[in-house]
Parts: sequence; structure tokens; C-alpha cells
Amino acid sequence: MTVSRNFIIGLGLTATLVTIAVLSLIWTPYDPEVIGGSLRAGPSWSHWLGTDWAGRDVASRLMTGARTSIGVGVVAVAIGMIAGVGLGVIAAAHRNWVDDVGMRAADVVFAFPAIISALLITTIFGPGAINAIIAIGIFNIPVFARVSRNAALTVWAHDYVLAGLAMGKGRLRLTVDHILPNIAPPLIVQATIQFGLAILAEAALSFLGVGVQPPAPSWGQMLFDSQTMMAIAPWLAIFPGLAIAFAVLGFNLLGDGLRDMLDPRL
Amino acid sequence: MKMPVNVCLILSFLMFGLVSGVVAPSAVAQVRDDVVLGMALEPPHLDPTTGNAAAIDEVVYANIFQGLTRIDRTGAVQPQLATSWVISDDGLDYTFTLKSGVTFHDGASFDSRDVVFSLERARGEASTNGQKGLFAAIETVVALDPETVRVTLSRPQGSFLFNMGWGDAVIVSSQSAETNKTNPIGTGPFKFVSWTPGDRVDLAARDPEAPIQRATFRFIAEPAAQQAAILAGDIDGFANFSAPESVILFERDGRFDVVIGSTEGETILSTNNLSPPFDDIRVRQAVAHAIDRVELIEAAQFGLGTPIGSHFAPHHPAYIDLTGTYALDLDRARALLAEAGLTDGFSATLKLPPPAYARRGGEIIAAQLARIGIELELIPVEWATWLVQVFRGKDYDLTIVAHTEPLDIGIYNNEGYYFQYRSEALAAVLADLDRTAIADQRFALMGEAQRIVAEDAVNGYLFQLPKIGIWRTGLTGLWENSPIQANDLTEVRWQ
Repeated sequence: MTVSRNFIIGLGLTATLVTIAVLSLIWTPYDPEVIGGSLRAGPSWSHWLGTDWAGRDVASRLMTGARTSIGVGVVAVAIGMIAGVGLGVIAAAHRNWVDDVGMRAADVVFAFPAIISALLITTIFGPGAINAIIAIGIFNIPVFARVSRNAALTVWAHDYVLAGLAMGKGRLRLTVDHILPNIAPPLIVQATIQFGLAILAEAALSFLGVGVQPPAPSWGQMLFDSQTMMAIAPWLAIFPGLAIAFAVLGFNLLGDGLRDMLDPRL
Repeated sequence: MKMPVNVCLILSFLMFGLVSGVVAPSAVAQVRDDVVLGMALEPPHLDPTTGNAAAIDEVVYANIFQGLTRIDRTGAVQPQLATSWVISDDGLDYTFTLKSGVTFHDGASFDSRDVVFSLERARGEASTNGQKGLFAAIETVVALDPETVRVTLSRPQGSFLFNMGWGDAVIVSSQSAETNKTNPIGTGPFKFVSWTPGDRVDLAARDPEAPIQRATFRFIAEPAAQQAAILAGDIDGFANFSAPESVILFERDGRFDVVIGSTEGETILSTNNLSPPFDDIRVRQAVAHAIDRVELIEAAQFGLGTPIGSHFAPHHPAYIDLTGTYALDLDRARALLAEAGLTDGFSATLKLPPPAYARRGGEIIAAQLARIGIELELIPVEWATWLVQVFRGKDYDLTIVAHTEPLDIGIYNNEGYYFQYRSEALAAVLADLDRTAIADQRFALMGEAQRIVAEDAVNGYLFQLPKIGIWRTGLTGLWENSPIQANDLTEVRWQ
């Protein structure tokens, strides 16, 4: 198994992101919600990435925002994975009405642009981090359902699985013993890529004002606040923008790298 | 000799430059006769006599509709459809002489019957006027002849002529009153042309010689979009721009004039005086002591805005500076909370409507009140929700909003108003004010009213909302201040 350059870069970026997010639990340069001091100051020794319109430290808010992004990513991907993989392997195991209904439902969810539907969900149930997570999570379900079903169908065709079936082993038993372990690699790759997309979706929802609510910091909301201040305080847009770009890039490269390493078909 | 290709290109560019250099000045030398102004909010309809929304007046006041009197750019009362008036010695009878030869946009002629119709309609039982209080003192309106109207009041009212200048008191025709919401017909210098919902209202001048022939109001809610629309030249300016942070950008840009004036908008931390613990005056006083107006204005308003200590506009002659009533004093604030039995602080909600002054101001206020142990949950709401939940439903603890009607301290005495505040002392002062016509005495009573609401700490008094005017250099005649909700185009022209 060779380690690709993508994997190294991706791992580096995501590891940095996770480290920063974990670090923000115990330490940030300043309290990210305390206002005052110098307003809208550019990057300096005391505020590495400057301060925002209310005098809050941008670096501290980015660190706390990383926590938000990762939290949203983890939970949203977990929701999508548990529900989606469950649906996918059951569909693959039985090939009956569960397959038909589940996959057509996935088609329906796929047919809506993710952001529009997430907006719909947060408009109905109210804005906030929890609803944003649920909305993004729901959008991960069909992705994982598709991937796991297709991968599981390939495994089901193998002789040893059919042998197990012939020997009277239950379909559920076979799924747990043989299917799931064998479809794990593509799922891990998919999860990594979905993680990046979830971070992007959370930023978009917060930018639109239906995600994480102020004063809790999030990258999308920092970008929204910076829109009209670009001319006077460009750092307010640049740093959250870079953070989102590097986070998504990191997870995508990591996903690519993992695929190169794990997926035997490539 | 063959010329290299790049030299050809350079030459052709130079020639193109020369040609366009010659043509361009003559093309712009012609003075424009159209103007496109931006507004943040779209009016719900276009009849100022049946709605409260400021956006209605901002389109139609002085442009489409006119009243007996008008409020000018300084806030003074000027003749409009009434050219002159005589007031009886007891201050009860106002005899107005009307302008002759005036017609409505549909051709109907204007006379005293229209005045009687409009005032009776506005103050009648079935009236849906947004400011019925303006007409409360009227007892009878009688047409003496086609060009004379006598209005008799039940009591002397010092502000009567000012009241008649409001957008809610404009004169409408009985033939078109019912359809004014979608097709406004008035006597003003501009005719309504069309309204594209969600986008724009177009007006056209009645006088073919007028310097502005076509006027358009475009509705752009998002501050970032407003900024982009001005920079791109899609609109000529905003009389009331939403984003104070953009001022620096436009000031640096030579293509635009930036004019910072004052509005009638007292921006306040409205407090539900019946919602515990804010029903305890000591808690409200503690909040007042904890608010740092300088920090708030500097951060949320980028320095634009005048601190206020009561519900009164600083540019009004009756204004008294009460910002020191509860000066910034965190120790005193904590002591007051302790007296009220809230040593450990408490939590409450702060509902924030969409404007930047509210959303940003809310974050600052929350951080400031956190210093004395009050934890605020910020709840952003849309205007429709705000009207239903906060204004009508009174389901709130705190909210931030600018009250933009002129001289509106009387709302503190309104039964069932969303502050839920009652004061016998204030009611008495306001009743005196209503009966007094002499300016000095009126000002003294207004001062008294300011002091009462300030000392009772009814609301947190934050700042007077600035009017940020941004428009293309060369456009003149727009108002610097907004003594009344209006975008008066009658003096607007290009230079």
C-alpha cells in the first residue's frame, strides 16, 4: 500500500484543523465572545488575525468556529452514515420492496439541491445549529445508502457469501459478518468527502443566517458579517474564507488519498 | 513596411481612445432628467392614509400625495394645498384657503369637498388610518365654499398644523380613495406609473418642464446588495442607506456624496415593563447603568449616531440631554440587581428585527449586560414575526428597534402599547401638552415628559439613528435630515 501525496497533504490539513478545534476547548488567545478593545484592527502581534467589528479577536473566533464546523461535520456524517448504511445494506440483502422504496426515496432526496432543502428544513423548524445539523445529516443519508448498497451488492455476489447463505446463515448475520467489513473502505472514503461537504454546507447555512446563531461564532456567519466591510477590513473576509477553503480541501484530499490506498478497484 | 501585429493593436486602441475621448463628454454633457433611488424596505401598498409602514410615505409623500400643509426638510410647517389659514383667537377654528386650479392625476379637480372627505374618512369610525390620533382633536370639518374649509377643534391643539402635514393626513379624492393602495392618485407633482412588486415603483413628472421627468424607487434589502447596486451605477443613491460601515468606502470614492444627517428614529432597547423581572424598576435601572452607549455606537454603528437618554430627538428644540440619568456604572448596576434580589443575575431573551442596527446592536448589548450577570438569548426575527410576536403579541422581554415617527413620546401613554408601561404623571403631562399652544410652555412640558420616561427607565435609550445619504455627485435637492418619513423629490435635480 503506497501512501499518496494527496493523503499526506490532506492528513496534514485535517489534523491541523482538528488540533485547532480541540485546542479551542481549553485555550483561545481571547474570549471569542467578549467585545471591546480595539475595533476592526488589522492583524498585529496582539491580535494575529485582527479584530472584527465588535472588537472580538478573529483568531479566537476562527478557532471556536473550527469546533463548530467539525462538530456539525461529525454529527451530520454520523446521521447520514448510520441511517444510510443501514438502509443500503438492508436493501442489498433483501432486494425486495425495501430496496425499491428506499432507493426511490433516495432519488427523491437527491433530486432537491441540498442547500434549498436545508433552507426548507431550517425555515420550518427554526434556525439554529441543531436543525442545521439535522438538515445536513438528512442529505447524507441517500449518499451513504447508494454507496453502501452498490458496494454490498458486489460482495453479495461472491461465492463465499452465497455459500454462507446456502449453509443456512441468515441474511442479517451475513451482512454483519461479511458485508459490512468488506464495504468499509469505500464508506470511509465517502465519509471523509461528505465531511468536507458538511463543513461547506454549514458555512453556507450560517452565511444565510439559518445556521449557528450569534454570538456563537461560525465561519459562514463571519463571512456574512464581513460582506460590507471588505473595503475597510479585508481580513474579516479573507481568514474565514481561507479556513473554509483549507478545511474542505483537506477533507477532499484526504478522501482522495484514502481511496487510492483502500479501494482495490483503482 | 509591414507593421507588427502588436503595434497595429496599440495604434487601434489609441485611435479608439481618441474617438471615445472626443465623443464621451458630449454624450454626458446632456443633464439627466431621471433619477433612481434605492430604499431598504418595500411598501406593503401605496396608500399612506391606511397604513403605518414608513416605506409608503417614503415613496408617495410630497411626490404623489399632498396634504393641507407639508413638513419641509427642516421640519417646519409650510403651506401646501392650503395656501393660507386663519386661526381664531380661542385656537379652535382653523379656516384654510385652498389652492385653486389643482387637479388630481386622474383629471378630477380638487376642491373643499375633497378636504372634507379626506379628513372625515381619516377620523371616522371605519377609518383604518395608521395615525388616528392626529385627527382626534377635530370636531367638525365644513366646506364654506369650494376654496375655503373650516376645521373646528374640540380643544386647542398646538400641533394641529404639523399633524396636517403628515403623510397620514394627505388629501385624497373620493373617486380614487378605494384604489389608492395599488394605483395611488393624488395632487402631487409626480404621477404613479407602475409598481413591480419586489423590485420597483416608477413615477413620472406631471410638468413636462420639470427637471426630473422619471423617478424610480428600487427596493434592495440587503446592505451588501445596496452597496453593490450603487457602486455598479444601477441606482443613483440611497437617501437612507442601511450599512454605516460602507460610509468610509463611499467617502473615499469621488463619484459619490455622503451626507450624514439625523432621522426621527430613537433607537431603543424596548423593554416589556410587565415581564418579570423587568417589571421591577431597579432591574430596568440596572440595565440602563450597564449600557455603554459610546461603545455601542462605535462598534455597531461605526461611530454614526447621537447618544440619547430619553425618547426624544436631539435636534428638536425641546430636547434635554438626559444621557446622564443613569450613567455607565457597573457597580451601581450590580448593586441595583442585588437590591432586586437578583445577585446572581438572570437570563432573558432579546428579539432582534433585521436591520443591522438591531442585529449588531443586540450582540453588543448582550455582551454589555453579561458584564452585570444578565444573560441574553439573541433571537433574530423577521419584521412580520416581530410585528406579530413583539409589537402586537407583547411576547418578549427585550427588543431593539428605532421609533421613526416624529415627536412620538406620546406612545408611552398609549393603552396596550408594547412597552406595557403606565404612568399617571406622564399621562397628566401629555394631557397638558395637548391643551397648550404656546411654544415655550410646550417645550417645557415635552422636557418634563422626557424626564419621566428617562427616570422610570422604561426602555434602554441608545442612540438617535443617523440618516446616511449616499448619492452620485451632481444629484442635488435630497433631504439631509428626515424630519418626517419622506423622499421628497420636488427639489431634486442633476447639476
